[in-house]
Amino acid sequence: MSFVSRGFRGRRRTDISPARVPPGQYVTADFPVLSAGPTPHPSLELWDFSIVGELEEPRRWNWEEFRALPSEEIIRDIHCVTKWSKLDTVWQGVSVDALLEGIETSAEYVTQYSDGGYTTNLPLEDITGGKAWVVFAYGGQPLQPEHGGPARMLVPHLYFWKSAKWLRSLRLQSTDEPGFWETNGYHNYGDPWHEQRYSGD
Amino acid sequence: MARTALLGRLTWQLAELVDIMAETPRVKTILLDVRGWPGHRAGQHVDVRLTAEDGYQAERSYSIASAPDGTRVALTIQKLEDGEVSPYLTDELRPGDKIELRGPIGGYFVWEPSRGGPLMLVAGGSGIVPLMAIIRTRAAAGDDTETRLLYSSRTQDDVIYRGELEQLSGNGLTVVHTLTDSQPPGWTSYARRVDAEMLAEVGPRPAEQPSFYACGPTPFVEAVAEALVQLGHETRAIKTERFGPTGG
Amino acid sequence: MDELMLDGNAVAGLLQEVFAVEMTTAIGTCGRCGTAGPVGAVHVYRGAGIVLRCPHCGNALAKIVKRDSQVWIDFTGTRTLEVSV
Repeated sequence: MSFVSRGFRGRRRTDISPARVPPGQYVTADFPVLSAGPTPHPSLELWDFSIVGELEEPRRWNWEEFRALPSEEIIRDIHCVTKWSKLDTVWQGVSVDALLEGIETSAEYVTQYSDGGYTTNLPLEDITGGKAWVVFAYGGQPLQPEHGGPARMLVPHLYFWKSAKWLRSLRLQSTDEPGFWETNGYHNYGDPWHEQRYSGD
Repeated sequence: MARTALLGRLTWQLAELVDIMAETPRVKTILLDVRGWPGHRAGQHVDVRLTAEDGYQAERSYSIASAPDGTRVALTIQKLEDGEVSPYLTDELRPGDKIELRGPIGGYFVWEPSRGGPLMLVAGGSGIVPLMAIIRTRAAAGDDTETRLLYSSRTQDDVIYRGELEQLSGNGLTVVHTLTDSQPPGWTSYARRVDAEMLAEVGPRPAEQPSFYACGPTPFVEAVAEALVQLGHETRAIKTERFGPTGG
Repeated sequence: MDELMLDGNAVAGLLQEVFAVEMTTAIGTCGRCGTAGPVGAVHVYRGAGIVLRCPHCGNALAKIVKRDSQVWIDFTGTRTLEVSV
């Protein structure tokens, strides 16, 4: 290991039960902003969210329609592959189960598409069964653009790069298509509890 | 020597703290001794890495503030209240302590006396640091290239290197300050954020084919670069070093 | 413009670590818009990994993911890179 800096502790919280912290993670009190590109600022008038791909009819909601859907409060821990974890984050959003309700599909995978071109891929079963939401509020406030607003995906059981910011559509597909980071070194699945950060982990 | 400073994989090495000096209430300069330091050019930076006992690491980049001087390297650091690395460097380190660093790094945002002028340096807050390395290197070389510094600070107490800049003025170097938050009684220089009008008044005209170096928080550098382009300067004549949202 | 964005010199250390030469003066040509310029002038974003974007058109010129002693680099957005060695 490298040299230890006398007296350096960093800004982590250390009063946390280890059972809540996946291996290699540090708990932070702030909310770091990481981004693969400039923050988009879509107009809500033109915004829409759609579900496309292997389903009979694509679904689409404009902002009004999306906000009229039943939503719920979600409190979860989130884990970023860059090693910070944030506990008990509070969101408001629509469950993906609700968005997919009534849809028949043979698709086993889904790709998330964001404004700005970011993509990330998941097995469909990882966003159903109460595991994922499309959220529009954080900490009781409308989701800020730097954190993915107007709406982003929330998939707390995987590393947070699997929760696309500035979400615009989900594509249901029968083949798995590695996304923006999965094609360049990050793990295809990303389970923080098995420390699946990089390909080959 | 300049070529060897550009080649070879960077490796982490230990630097020893020789001295700490306060520049302003929130800013300190740390003077380091780095064994085997190959020398550096004005505008280059170092990466600093801190490691806690449990292996947790934090890494930051800091511009070198000093002109080349053997194995001595000075870094000027602004302490961010909620910072992770800067408070350690400004408040915890004591002479004799060691820190890991690697460098010198960078080839794009560098200046050497041979580059010619006129030269204009635009600094926002702690963005003055690499530009001060340029000014000090220029002075040490006895270079008299026409150089203007436009330096934006919040208050007079926040002006880093104030006395030294006064001393070095002349011999082709003009220093202009703007204080954006409050000004001392009798202040006659600018009292607002840098804008196109100020740059036009202080800076050289496009026809003079100047080179610009702008450094500071990202929004500051963005505004300056855009204003310079609006005034007719070429994009490739403007070198920028953005320090991110907070500048340090 | 984004507050978080940095210039190419912010990743100069990382690039030199990988390529063993100073890279910010290398000239890259964007695969999308054809603009050429020094790597030091590209726009740098830090996400899960690092993304270098064309200052002209925003195209992702390179993506870099580093883990200790292993680095993955995607250069598909760059048409050519001209480097002095």
